[in-house]
Amino acid sequence: MSNVRVLVGTRKGAFILTSDGKREKWDVSGPHFAGWELYHLKGSPVDPNRIYASQTSGWFGQIIQRSDDGGKTWFQPGTPAGAPTTTPEGMPMGESNKFVYDSSAETGKPLTTHQFYDGTPHPWEFKRVWHLEPSLDDPDTVYAGVEDAALFRSTDGGQTWKELPGLRGHGTGAQWQPGAGGLCLHTIILDPANRERIYIAISAAGAFRTDDGGATWKPINKGLRSQYIPDPNAEVGHCVHHVAKHPSKSDVLFMQKHWDVMRSDDAGDSWQEISGNLPTDFGFVIDVHAHEPETVYVVPIKSDSEHYPPDGKLRVYRSRTGGNEWEPLTNGLPQSNCYVNVLRDAMAVDSLDSCGIYFGTTGGQVYGSADAGNTWAPIVRDLPAVLSVEVQTFE
Amino acid sequence: MIQVVLPAHLRALAGLQGDVQLEIDGPVTRQAILDALEARFPMLRGTIRHHVGGERRPLLRFFACGEDVTHEPADAPLPDAIASGAEPFFIIGAIAGG
Repeated sequence: MSNVRVLVGTRKGAFILTSDGKREKWDVSGPHFAGWELYHLKGSPVDPNRIYASQTSGWFGQIIQRSDDGGKTWFQPGTPAGAPTTTPEGMPMGESNKFVYDSSAETGKPLTTHQFYDGTPHPWEFKRVWHLEPSLDDPDTVYAGVEDAALFRSTDGGQTWKELPGLRGHGTGAQWQPGAGGLCLHTIILDPANRERIYIAISAAGAFRTDDGGATWKPINKGLRSQYIPDPNAEVGHCVHHVAKHPSKSDVLFMQKHWDVMRSDDAGDSWQEISGNLPTDFGFVIDVHAHEPETVYVVPIKSDSEHYPPDGKLRVYRSRTGGNEWEPLTNGLPQSNCYVNVLRDAMAVDSLDSCGIYFGTTGGQVYGSADAGNTWAPIVRDLPAVLSVEVQTFE
Repeated sequence: MIQVVLPAHLRALAGLQGDVQLEIDGPVTRQAILDALEARFPMLRGTIRHHVGGERRPLLRFFACGEDVTHEPADAPLPDAIASGAEPFFIIGAIAGG
């Protein structure tokens, strides 16, 4: 029997929503880690009961949590390899929250500076993990995208973390500057057809790609145009909000930029705008149908200062043509007086035969559609502001 | 026995129901209390002081006997009432948002 598990990160804890394949009745568990910001949770595709979570706080810093039983129980993964896993009193060790930027001479001392908002050099300072991306092959390997922007990897189940310094060190790092949400690495895409290829995106630096497993990186922003920066066609400096990719299409990417919805057919080497008839091309989320690689979803947001849907109508827009031609999906969504936002990591799809789409709002609603967006219903209405949504499918 | 009062979030993280009692050999200072606290509850490492450099997280403060000792030297002796356990050592999160 098929079922789905929706992992929801919010400003004040995590929630886990489960249902059978009909996706009509839902069980809600949580809040897990009540009172903490849960930026992201994601399960391992190899071992779905292995879930990683980013628990963070402006007061107390970063914690990595792990569950090995599908979210029923959680623990901090622990200590360096070979060290005791508990203190003499039996308390679990907690080194998992240690993210230290690489400054070794062997990797070129990439710890220099990036640009601050006012253009002055600013040292890298670790703040939080925005996104966790478990490996496609190994449940103990997981990537973390962090603020200030860098990519870390753990190969021991989240116990210890090591930066992939080639990203910050490839040459443009000193030019990166934060977007309104901070200098965050928020998108990590692993390519199932090419295990050496990883895409990442940073606000407000742009998109980057490695073809050698993370050793070397290059910007992939040609074709992006951002009129709010001094050189609208610059190699870096674009505020990419999110990037999505269908697993079967190695070279096709879809991007929701600060303004503009974009598409690449050559692994990011060049981009074309596909905003077409959208009511506004500002937004945060973008995702792709599980079975139709040319079916794309966005949620248009009015503007970069008015972070809510145009006209107070919450509408998901779907393109079945890979962009440019978009249709509003409104059935079951509020069509008046709705002024919530949908943040960049707060949309996901399941892979059941009738593809399910899910998104969460800053108003605390999580909406689901079991028919690829034709009809919607709230799964929950009154959670804290939703930061992220991920889905696990069990068939 | 030194008494330490933690913010609720850190109590939850450490799995504590109430305050912490610590045994410290030698001078009772903020440094000694935090070292002992992190040794006993390693999951708190990095939550009060940064991993790198060990500086205090900016939204946390320390109080002893009604006095703000946040900006006192970390190795300065704390009052006798803290050392004897008559008064608790407070680690407090700033009220900055909800």
